[in-house]
Amino acid sequence: MSDAVQDYAHEVVHEDHGPAKGLRRWLFTTNHKDIGTLYLWFSFLMLLIGGSMALVVRAELFQPGLQFVDPQFFNQMTTNHGLIMVFGAIMPAFVGLANWLLPMMLGAPDMALPRMNNLSFWILPFAFGLLISTLFMEGGGPNFGWTFYAPLSTTYAPDSVTFFIFGVHMMGASSIMGSINIIATILNMRAPGMTLMRMPLFVWTWLITAYLLLAVMPVLAGAVTMMLFDIHFGTSFFSAAGGGDPVLFQHIFWFFGHPEVYIMILPAFGIVSQIIPTFCRKPLFGYDSMVYAVASIAFLSFIVWAHHMFTVGMPLAGQLFFMYSTMLIAVPTGVKVFNWVSTMWRGSMTFETPMLFAIAFVVLFSIGGFSGLMLAITPADYQYHDTYFVVAHFHYVLVPGSLFSIIAAVYYWLPKWCGKMYDEGLGKLHFWLSFVGVNVTFFPQHFSGLAGMPRRIPDYALQFADFNMLSSIGAYVFGFSQVLFLYIVIKTIKSGEPATGRVWEAAHGLEWTLASPAPYHSFTHPPKVVLAEAHS
Amino acid sequence: MPAHGKTAAKLMLIVVGMFGFGFALVPLYDLLCEVTGLGGRTGGQYVIDPATHTVDKTRLVRVNFITNTNAGMPWAFWSEKGGVRVHPGQPKFVKFFVRNPTDRVMIGKAVPSVAPMRASGFFHKTECFCFEHQMLQPGETLELPMRFIVDSQLPKNIDSIHLSYTLFDVTEIAASAPVGAQASPVEADAKPIGAD
Amino acid sequence: MTKTVWGALSGGLATLACSGVALGDELNMPVGVTDVSRKIYDLHTDILLICVVIGLVLFSAMLWSIVRHRKAAGYEAAQFHENTRLEIAWTLIPVAILIAIAYPATRVLIDIYDTGGEDLTIEVRGYQWKWQYKYLDEDFNNTFGFFSTLTTSQDEIQNRTTKGEHYLLEVDNPLRIPTNRKVRFLVTSEDVIHAWWVPDFGIKRDAVPGILNEMWTIVQEPGVYRGQCTELCGKDHGFMPVVVEVLPEDEYDAWYTERVVAEKVRREALTRTFTGDELMAEGQRVYNTFCVACHQPNGQGVPPVYPALAEGLVTTGPRDRHIRTVYEGLPGTAMQAFGRQLDARELASVVHYERHAFGNNVGDITQPRDVINLMEGE
Repeated sequence: MSDAVQDYAHEVVHEDHGPAKGLRRWLFTTNHKDIGTLYLWFSFLMLLIGGSMALVVRAELFQPGLQFVDPQFFNQMTTNHGLIMVFGAIMPAFVGLANWLLPMMLGAPDMALPRMNNLSFWILPFAFGLLISTLFMEGGGPNFGWTFYAPLSTTYAPDSVTFFIFGVHMMGASSIMGSINIIATILNMRAPGMTLMRMPLFVWTWLITAYLLLAVMPVLAGAVTMMLFDIHFGTSFFSAAGGGDPVLFQHIFWFFGHPEVYIMILPAFGIVSQIIPTFCRKPLFGYDSMVYAVASIAFLSFIVWAHHMFTVGMPLAGQLFFMYSTMLIAVPTGVKVFNWVSTMWRGSMTFETPMLFAIAFVVLFSIGGFSGLMLAITPADYQYHDTYFVVAHFHYVLVPGSLFSIIAAVYYWLPKWCGKMYDEGLGKLHFWLSFVGVNVTFFPQHFSGLAGMPRRIPDYALQFADFNMLSSIGAYVFGFSQVLFLYIVIKTIKSGEPATGRVWEAAHGLEWTLASPAPYHSFTHPPKVVLAEAHS
Repeated sequence: MPAHGKTAAKLMLIVVGMFGFGFALVPLYDLLCEVTGLGGRTGGQYVIDPATHTVDKTRLVRVNFITNTNAGMPWAFWSEKGGVRVHPGQPKFVKFFVRNPTDRVMIGKAVPSVAPMRASGFFHKTECFCFEHQMLQPGETLELPMRFIVDSQLPKNIDSIHLSYTLFDVTEIAASAPVGAQASPVEADAKPIGAD
Repeated sequence: MTKTVWGALSGGLATLACSGVALGDELNMPVGVTDVSRKIYDLHTDILLICVVIGLVLFSAMLWSIVRHRKAAGYEAAQFHENTRLEIAWTLIPVAILIAIAYPATRVLIDIYDTGGEDLTIEVRGYQWKWQYKYLDEDFNNTFGFFSTLTTSQDEIQNRTTKGEHYLLEVDNPLRIPTNRKVRFLVTSEDVIHAWWVPDFGIKRDAVPGILNEMWTIVQEPGVYRGQCTELCGKDHGFMPVVVEVLPEDEYDAWYTERVVAEKVRREALTRTFTGDELMAEGQRVYNTFCVACHQPNGQGVPPVYPALAEGLVTTGPRDRHIRTVYEGLPGTAMQAFGRQLDARELASVVHYERHAFGNNVGDITQPRDVINLMEGE
């Protein structure tokens, strides 16, 4: 670390005698630990709100017929469930983990740009307050799917669509600023001896994810700006009437949208790559391959977008290209799965809660990956596209995929953050309820989709009834077990058993050399990086 | 922290660049569509080169004319014939008609699309009313001529080409656009309601 | 064995049981009744099997490891952490498997794109929230067309009566096509993006406003086949099914001839005079097909987006303005230009109905020729 950083760290230590008190602390903090905490609590709140919307959807789909909501409101629920989970729960949770962990893993005193860090967070409550408030506006909130295709989202949209666009702009700005911060931190603030190929996998995955975010969030901003112009300023980017093209919207959206889903999974890969070695008491298998695999996935993610559009009317050459490129992504992803299994192989395993979630991740994410490979086959996709088969696929990779990795990360690192151990019995209960719940919810959806049930419908034909009922039951089990998780987290923070510095017998990484809870300002002096301590 | 400032500035370049790229996708997409025929685009005005022009008398290609009106557009829109048979390379003239049945002045615009997509590069319009604003008085009917040539190099396995026009109401957005300068209003037999 | 292992085993078994069921009826993709649908089904089964096999191998290895390589059983961790040859192997073998799948998939796709030589062309137009089918003769002239709208009653949807067998998958006018002839569909939309799908045919295509898409099918077995709109298109996206009745060729030809005659009869009827009762009956049919989704069965609408027709300004006001509103639609609102969807008789009937239902009783009468004179006269 440079002299300049060391001086800065000194200043911080001498001028500041601990965190401020009360609300001011949280409003004005520039401390990465506080900001990480803010992001994580915010994302948990969004998980519960977005989850409640899903429970409204699943209540309506419990039986055929319309029982609880009208179709227009149902469309608002599915749309906002998607928007809130993607932009409000999963992404901010990963940013929160990045904030808490990156400086500690790198031996840095804080993030590179602490004040911008604060701004990045505080934009989000405003953005989501605006988004959620649209549900109460006249005409209702966004009801055109989280993918908001034109012209349903332009010419035919409710008046609140303008607020939706502003909300998306704000969320994008937050992500972009966060990514700049993350890259600057990783590139400029590693402790001496921490070369790039000695960084923990979580740091690598976030470095690559941050570049993906910088590349595609501006494209999303462009897409919604074009929408704004079409709606209010008489342009015709997406309107055939004016010489525009609704299909152009889909290309621009999915050029963002596909890398976006990798943005939501790469940090999960990093987390799992740290947790599994710890509980196997064995180093991660194939560290170098793991890094190259993440980089390949990120690169490939830019050239597969039209697999979301196979039925839109594309020339044969286009269909073949996107089929091949999409199938190809299975290769580096498979490499990662094989490496995790090889890490487990001939380890000396224990099964604490983080490990349970991590193992479940490997199995269930792989199932999601398999359905993804099936979707890549273009002619077969004609039968899968816009059915519940797709819904099953992406929920498998996002829920027992991304979300389980976030939950695993919380169990794994919470003792470091707050100095107290969670209750292992309750943690395991939460795991089994979630595991059963998530599978009962989403596995049957593969069948509903294959049998012909389309997406985004509030009512369905009778042959889909049984699996919908099953799925709804699973959803309620899964949903309420996250309330158990909330209880577990609060109980830990308030009255958990004190945790040691190392916390986990075989944990490796600079963060585990700190006391638990980690001091408010850690690594004010850069540590010496010993290879054995660098990463799992 | 100077190092962070420099890093941040370089990264902002990526951000600004990608924002611009998003907007650049608009003309890029148009270009790609014209080159590949994606979306059934029929390309710009076509000029016959007498030196290289040939007519393939060995086969006839069926051309289908489809007239659509967008759901919010009340004009009647029809073609003189549902379809024609032409030799590839043979220039053909067909008439389309639009009628404004409302009691207010309106402006309409027709947007073309060709299927199959592979054929759109071989379907050349030498005179077309597409994309032009057509202003009609209440009750007025207008005849819209269209001339086209199917390229003599049309692949042998394409035996029918479908040309669809979708007519949109652009009265609101057509503040200062050029008006189509086509044939005089024709008192044609009014198209029976609902028969198109 | 510990709870962990039991849990994993039961979870795995439950999943396997479910996949066993997957091979059953109504839980798997249909084999379908066309060459294309069969080929797609085969591709689907092949890739599914490959995934299941790879999954079983992977998850068995994990299970074995979880059982054997545990600290509680006293197992000591090995420390190996790389093997370049293994990495290369499990990079190249998957690539080979992918190529093995990509080859047949490419062939099927090329077959699907072979669009020439059709025997029958039908236009498919998506609207919010119904389909319109228009038949073209061999010179591509329109012969006849009709709308195909959901007939499942609100009573069934709102759980007031038991649901019928084809709940949400039944229409007033199904599309009819012949067996063993190549039918080409020309698909577009007149408002937002919709998608037309019949699982048993193995074809699905988006209906995009301003763009003409095409697809084709050759159905080998007669029967009734049902599908749905598969692109979110607004409020009633789940309520615009696709129903296709495939008839043996001679039956189809007979039906087609009848329909052409019926079309002539329909046009002639446009000049007739109808009684009030006839207009009310036809008007109610038209209203319940085209207007009820927005204006509601009782004419209450859903203000402010869908105005009420009961005691409405337009429906109890001047008749000509009422006709124009229905015919022309209202720009900038969801009210479509029904003059392009309904003929003069349907328009006259629904106007008459709206003026004398929902508690309205204007006391006038509207004949098809009134509509023609107003909208077609100079």
